[in-house]
Amino acid sequence: MTNQEKSTWRTKVGLAEMLKGGVIMDVTNADQAKIAQEAGAVAVMALERVPSDIRRDGGVARMSDPLTIIEIMEAVTIPVMAKARIGHFAEAQVLEALGVDYVDESEVLTPADEMYHIDKHAFKVPFVCGCRDLGEALRRIGEGAAMIRTKGEAGSGNIVEAVRHMRTVLSHVRKIQGMREEELMTEAKNLGAPYELVMEIHKTGKLPVPNFSAGGIATPADASLMMQLGAEAVFVGSGIFKSEDPAKRAKAIVDATTHYTDAKLIGELSKGLGKAMAGLDIRQLDEKDLMANRGW
Amino acid sequence: MDSIVENSKKLSGAAIAVSPTVHIGILGLQGDFQKHLEMLQLIDGVEARVVRTPEQIEWCDGLILPGGESTTIGKLMARYGIDVAIKQRVAAGMAIFGTCTGMILLASEIENSDQHLLGLIDMIVRRNAFGRQIDSFEADLKISCIEGDSVKLVFIRAPYVTSVGEKVEVLALLDNGEIIMVRQGNCLAAAFHPELTDDTRVHAYFVQMTREAKVPVSKN
Repeated sequence: MTNQEKSTWRTKVGLAEMLKGGVIMDVTNADQAKIAQEAGAVAVMALERVPSDIRRDGGVARMSDPLTIIEIMEAVTIPVMAKARIGHFAEAQVLEALGVDYVDESEVLTPADEMYHIDKHAFKVPFVCGCRDLGEALRRIGEGAAMIRTKGEAGSGNIVEAVRHMRTVLSHVRKIQGMREEELMTEAKNLGAPYELVMEIHKTGKLPVPNFSAGGIATPADASLMMQLGAEAVFVGSGIFKSEDPAKRAKAIVDATTHYTDAKLIGELSKGLGKAMAGLDIRQLDEKDLMANRGW
Repeated sequence: MDSIVENSKKLSGAAIAVSPTVHIGILGLQGDFQKHLEMLQLIDGVEARVVRTPEQIEWCDGLILPGGESTTIGKLMARYGIDVAIKQRVAAGMAIFGTCTGMILLASEIENSDQHLLGLIDMIVRRNAFGRQIDSFEADLKISCIEGDSVKLVFIRAPYVTSVGEKVEVLALLDNGEIIMVRQGNCLAAAFHPELTDDTRVHAYFVQMTREAKVPVSKN
């Protein structure tokens, strides 16, 4: 009898490894999920409303209706992710029981706890969490997140915050790599991050788990930009199904993510895609309306 | 007697180390191709590269199809003519190794799917055969073609093989008879992810297969 061990840290991070170089798309029903899969998405995020609608409607945004999630899980063979509110471990327990493949403890939903995030080590299902800087990324990994995504500004259609967060995280990784060992404890203290993880970054020069980009990607060139800045895969939320021709745009973003250094091809892919989502100027938004500021 | 056998093995090992470098490509359309690259960099006599175009596949003596999402990689292969290039090169003697998604793509048939496949190994594969992500697991298993201790097997939303044609050699089975590693000529497939461990033996087995393949080692 071979000894089998389920849901190990290696299998949790392993699924994130399998998604690298791919596009994870927000979908709100089975038809959209099929379009995403057909376009070549590596996974879908099952939602009731995409972030731009959550932003428009206001009110409290919660975990999706399990019926929506189940309908999407039955429609596709690729992994299905779903969002729980920050700190709402009971929503995460429900999502795990439904059998979703990844839980996103997400700032897109209204936080349920302004002090504590979910203890993600306690779950069999792996978690992805958002971050704006390296300290936030390492706190989430310390709590058990097996994948990190930079937050960007969800539902904005504006890449500026995604760029800011990715540059902030990766330049800090390079800084730690170049430090002397005796500087690492102080750096861990200043970051508010676990010392062991800071040491690991010093040794390896990279984050301990895969690092994807989210929040504002709307075009093939946006996807290429984030991949060239060091993202290992991209999440596209409102950018696809709030555009004029979702199927065509979805496929173009998938191809641009694979061939992200091939500018000539990305030019071809960008031709005649129809209107992208309208988007928002972040500078015109109130501080209180920024989703990225949720979580700590 | 034992020590003589040991010595001769060591000698043949030394001979391999000085034989010409083999070129192993890893298909980098999507998935954990970087992990395979890191593994191959630990093996002597191998030059490894990530490949993404039909032209780059011409460079390969051996090719690895990594883990990833099979629907995604299958579609991207067909969109850019990579499937055709791979089949031509395998017909000319290139060795090929698929892990997890790679195993699915090498199959002749997937249960309940009409997805376009390479069809290089005569087998039927069941996708997500062990269940969803929460059923992903690790196991240890002695595999007869891999010398030494048991091999750490990492299964992530993994497939297994439900039936094979007569030309296919079954290399490993789990307790309930699930076929998880097979070979047909120059084509090797595993349902698990040797690239997610620190053990290079499965990759070394594939490198040896590539050396013994019919295709003359590429010069460029």
